[in-house]
Amino acid sequence: MLWEVFVRSRRGLSHVHAGSLHASDAAMALRNARDVYTRRNEGVSIWVVPAAEITASSPDEKEQFFDPAGDKVYRHPTFYELPAEVRHL
Amino acid sequence: MDFDALLAADARIEPRDRMPDGYRRTLIRQIAQHAHSEIIGMQPEGDWITRAPSLRRKAILLAKVQDEAGHGLYLYSAAETLGVDRADLLDLLHSGRQRYSSIFNYPALGWADVGTIGWLVDGAAIVNQVPICRCSYGPYARAMVRICKEESFHQRQGFELLLTLAHGTAGQRAMAQDAVDRWWWPSLMMFGPPDEESPNTAQSMAWGIKRHSNDELRQRFVDMTVPQAEVLGLTLPDRDLSFDGEHWRYGEIDWAEFRAVLRGDGPCNAERIARRRAAHDDGAWVREAADAYAAKGVA
Amino acid sequence: MSLAGYVLGLADDALVLAQRTSEWTARAPTLEEDVALANIALDLLGQARYLLTYAGAEEGAGRDEDALAYRRPSSEFRNVHLVELPNGDFGRTIARLLVFSAYRYELLTRLADSADPTLAAVAAKGVKEVAYHRDHAAQWTVRLGAGTTESRRRMGAGLADVWPYTPELFTEESAALVAAGVAVDPVSLSEPWLAFVSGVLTSAGLVVPDVAAAPGGGRRGVHTDAMGPLLDELQSLHRAHPGAVW
Repeated sequence: MLWEVFVRSRRGLSHVHAGSLHASDAAMALRNARDVYTRRNEGVSIWVVPAAEITASSPDEKEQFFDPAGDKVYRHPTFYELPAEVRHL
Repeated sequence: MDFDALLAADARIEPRDRMPDGYRRTLIRQIAQHAHSEIIGMQPEGDWITRAPSLRRKAILLAKVQDEAGHGLYLYSAAETLGVDRADLLDLLHSGRQRYSSIFNYPALGWADVGTIGWLVDGAAIVNQVPICRCSYGPYARAMVRICKEESFHQRQGFELLLTLAHGTAGQRAMAQDAVDRWWWPSLMMFGPPDEESPNTAQSMAWGIKRHSNDELRQRFVDMTVPQAEVLGLTLPDRDLSFDGEHWRYGEIDWAEFRAVLRGDGPCNAERIARRRAAHDDGAWVREAADAYAAKGVA
Repeated sequence: MSLAGYVLGLADDALVLAQRTSEWTARAPTLEEDVALANIALDLLGQARYLLTYAGAEEGAGRDEDALAYRRPSSEFRNVHLVELPNGDFGRTIARLLVFSAYRYELLTRLADSADPTLAAVAAKGVKEVAYHRDHAAQWTVRLGAGTTESRRRMGAGLADVWPYTPELFTEESAALVAAGVAVDPVSLSEPWLAFVSGVLTSAGLVVPDVAAAPGGGRRGVHTDAMGPLLDELQSLHRAHPGAVW
């Protein structure tokens, strides 16, 4: 069974996808992840998730999912023009 | 964006993107062959772990060969994103239907071979692999970034080992020269046949799987390695080696030998596969037990 | 027994089991397990190196870790017989790892409070490693014991193979070092060790084997037939080049 491995590299940071591995159960997946993906001190915490349990967006839906966010420039602070003398805003 | 537009923009292709069948097949074959090479490559050096002549070297070698198992695992995982299963790929390896790098069909006859494999074989592998970090297929490129990062110590430990032998007793020095004599030409062959005999190169380049031609990478390796051999004080077994002001020119490669080893007539082909199959077959009951235990749902 | 002698026993157990465990390289049932076993071997090798270096310093005869690992005859190795036994199949390997790491866990936990600061420091570091080895072995013991009929048979057989060598772990060594608070009394480890191991065996649906104890003698330099070939493989290259630096 294929598992996806997420590793927190140090406190304060999010878990980041590190890679995949095989294991027959969750306990084994966690330990295999420790042995395979944190040999060089890369982690302080690990998540493992069965690859089949991940629901992913499809590239076919990419346009309707993500393109509409492209023109909402007013969501970004750089959209707004301020007088040069204004501070702390 | 469709496949061609992504390639044209030098963007990465990801697992769920539409891709031509040929691209998928080529990648599966190349990544699997790369993964097989990592795990078969554990054998020649692995046999020296129990015989390493100092505890420091034993720890280094064990960690290095362990990395190769990890690298095989990363690469099988990358191949699995293309819709194949590791178990099926291993079957293809065990039944001889997929290849691994023919360099691992040469024997590691002495301790100096461990250093020479690190210096020359891993050195050549790194020259081959660094451009794959920019390969068009995302999972393969990411696996390769991790591998290249971890491998940076592999070549160094080999060089250091050889340097120690080259400055050691007469026996150690002879051991080092003998190993370099045996591994030099096979390591040049690792870059594959000359460009004019490499029919798939153009397509792989167009797909962004390959970034440089075989001869280009081979020349890069020779140019890097010749000055290192001088530092070691060891001779490379090629009388035609000469510097033309820009590059180190090397002599004729024995491609008949390359093809024979590739065909399965190398010194260790049968032994490597037999050992790999034995490990797989001996472990079958363990894998079955783990699956049966998981199926009971108590874990 | 001298302090150096006691430390050598601790070192040799780790060195010899590291050597055995590293024999699994490129032979494990899965790639993941190959990586896991190499981690265990590297931990044990690390413990051995610290302890050999310390034993050499205590002895005061100028022997470093390599002099002790590579240039002692079998009769000067002080490891227990359990660690020198051939690996056998994966079931026996896991059975040995379970009983050994459960023993070493109890030992290092107590040794972390040793009156000898060097030993205490090495033990405090090692106990974290051995806790993981013990867990790894326990997990597999349960999986194999409760997996298939075949795995249950093999796990039981592996356990029966190694069990006769466990009484040697709890044989009294040096009353003087124990009294001084430097060494741990092995006899005191037997009870917590058995509690842990039998708990794992119960979870695995296995029972403590009813087998006679093997004679022992490893701490006195008396070894089984397996030790000679193991040392040949470990030492022959090093010995073939006297005075060489590697």
